[in-house]
Amino acid sequence: MTAGAPAAVAPAAAPEQGRRRPRAGRRRIRRLTTRDRLVITVLLGLPLLFTFVLVWATTLASIGLSFTNWDGIGSAKFIGIDNYKELFTNYPPFATAIWHNLLWLGFLALVATPLGLLFAVLLDRKVRFGRFYQSALYLPVVLSLAVIGFISQLIFARDDGILNTLLGATGQGQHPVDWIGDPHINIWVVLVMAGWRHAGYVMVLYLAGLKGVDPSLKEAAAIDGANARQTFFRVVFPVMRPVNIIVGVITVIEALRAFDIVYAINGGTNGLELLSVLITDNIIGEASRIGFGSAIAVVLLLISVGCIVAYCMTELREEKT
Amino acid sequence: MATPGPHDRTTSTSPTRRSVLRAAAIGAGAVTLPSVLAACASGSGAGGAGGKTVTLGSNWSDPVPKKGIATAIADFQTSSGYTVKTNTVDHNSFQQNINRYLQGNPDDVFGWFAGYRMQYFAQKGLLGDISDVWSGFTGMSDAIKAQSTGLDGKQYFVPLYYYPWAVFYRKSVFAQHGYQLPTTWDQYISLAKQMQKDGLVPISFSDKDGWPAMGTFDYINMRLNGYDFHKSLMGGHEDWSDPKVKKVFDTWRELLPYYQQGALGLTWQESAQALQQKKTGMMTLGMFLGQQFGTDVSDLDFFAYPAIDPANGQDAVEAPIDGFLLSRKAKNVTAAKKLLGFLGTAKAENDYLSIDPTELGVNSSVVTTGYSPLQQSGAKLVSTAKSISQFMDRDCRPDFVSTVMIQALQTFLNNPSDVDGLCNSIQRQKTAIYATEG
Repeated sequence: MTAGAPAAVAPAAAPEQGRRRPRAGRRRIRRLTTRDRLVITVLLGLPLLFTFVLVWATTLASIGLSFTNWDGIGSAKFIGIDNYKELFTNYPPFATAIWHNLLWLGFLALVATPLGLLFAVLLDRKVRFGRFYQSALYLPVVLSLAVIGFISQLIFARDDGILNTLLGATGQGQHPVDWIGDPHINIWVVLVMAGWRHAGYVMVLYLAGLKGVDPSLKEAAAIDGANARQTFFRVVFPVMRPVNIIVGVITVIEALRAFDIVYAINGGTNGLELLSVLITDNIIGEASRIGFGSAIAVVLLLISVGCIVAYCMTELREEKT
Repeated sequence: MATPGPHDRTTSTSPTRRSVLRAAAIGAGAVTLPSVLAACASGSGAGGAGGKTVTLGSNWSDPVPKKGIATAIADFQTSSGYTVKTNTVDHNSFQQNINRYLQGNPDDVFGWFAGYRMQYFAQKGLLGDISDVWSGFTGMSDAIKAQSTGLDGKQYFVPLYYYPWAVFYRKSVFAQHGYQLPTTWDQYISLAKQMQKDGLVPISFSDKDGWPAMGTFDYINMRLNGYDFHKSLMGGHEDWSDPKVKKVFDTWRELLPYYQQGALGLTWQESAQALQQKKTGMMTLGMFLGQQFGTDVSDLDFFAYPAIDPANGQDAVEAPIDGFLLSRKAKNVTAAKKLLGFLGTAKAENDYLSIDPTELGVNSSVVTTGYSPLQQSGAKLVSTAKSISQFMDRDCRPDFVSTVMIQALQTFLNNPSDVDGLCNSIQRQKTAIYATEG
């Protein structure tokens, strides 16, 4: 949603500039027909309305609710910061969930994203069967994470999963690894599966970015005596800054909104707790601890805003210098 | 957007003002449209057939139960002359949305569960009192009536069927090894030991879904501390760090060595299949377990959960009841009560059970001649029970169970040694959640 907001405002700003430009001839403005005005209103008004109602109003409502004990029925009572106190001192899954979200972010940023970049660079070199690899690596992106959750269960199930069968670990008297059920292992299984999908996504973005790099830059670097490694890190990679920004933001968003894969596997309990799951458990469903769930949502909001702002500021600052 | 100069602002005023008005009009349209549509829908529903129409929100979305409900409803329509509009919603979605559903535009009558899960909504003023309908019922036991009664002593719930929980096994496996049915905890443990020697995994167990373990907790608690303590604990009147609760976990720990491995990665269906494939010897679950047995269901039998404290014996049976409620916002209360009156009769239950034979009718006049041997022993188990409990997630506050107990039981299964820490943590969270009541 955060990524959608600026995109929705941008086209709306354009017609307004067009309207203001003919400053000298005021009469030209009046030439706007009723139809033009209608079009402008719709193009400008609807996105603004939707942004306000769907993004800002709901965000503010969540923040407001997080200071109440509303149970979804009847009236809400203001209880100050009790929900937050409760959250940090008396809700065991919360710390686990924060840790898992950070782990998810770290894994995507340090493993899956660089892997995607590596795939893109290799494929960009016109390797044999390049098209095949490209499709194979991109395939998981087409699948929803919920489907990937089901696939992981087929692969990693303890007794009849593909992996344990291949390892020869199933059968009488054996002690196969419980990939899905062991709370110390399952988060890594899920990360591998989520990373599998993320790497394909990043690969496609970087493939497009690499195609857009001016070949003459590489030639110039080669003439200056740079080796392949230097050419890539000193020339090609910095030139792809717009793609880098997008990939960075996507990585952060993917890590923070992670939900479906763990929910498909075991409902996000027993080692697979995530902030998004805790919010859902508390707000949706019969539980209806809406105030408490909103407090978790606010924590997630702060983390997201913090990440995005920090990232954009670094990127924009680099752009200026 | 750059701020325009004062000069600019005057020139662009006229389109802006209009646009704002237009946007407002469009916005208002977008906001009010759904409610207008909803009003139309409800209007036609209530008024269309001149008070002869009643709406039913059904969460029986699986094919077999859905057909069972449809059969009972068809019977009502022909005998009463009323028209029933049934809206079937996916079972889990219905549960997830129940709060908003009841406060929005609910159907007159809707499907739900007995116990606290019903009493909670009655207390919140979302259900209609049907004590007058209940006074016309025959063949309902006092235990069933108690489960249909709210905390204020009025009746709100019309039960349709129930399914008992017990320890299930395959008759052929027990016959092959010459096992005796255990009635006490010690016999149960020694039977498990014997099975292990015979190369069987003694007990099928799974808790990936989070709720199957609750059945075992409930039974050990009721056998150790009695039904009254169970009710009181579920009702929030007891301390979870009480030695009595810790004793439940300590007793449960004795069973863990005999459980199927990797329970937290298994669904109930998977561990029921292990029982069906004769890899395991026993399993504590509801009678719906039979769904995983296919044609082998005739080989399936059960025994009551073994006694632990002789003072409580095998008195209590866990038998969740499903049925119907009247919503407070019902538009056609007269017709809705007629429908509820019919649904509480043996005839309605027979209609349903003729389609779905994995449940038991609650009414004592239900024709049991068509019952399978499994259903017959299920009916016997419940009819001889001194008290009937629902299930942890039906006897207790839903917010507490879904955000604390699911995690707590899984924590216990992962780390059975730290019972003190676990019970104290449950109690702290319970205090915080129960403090928000009202």
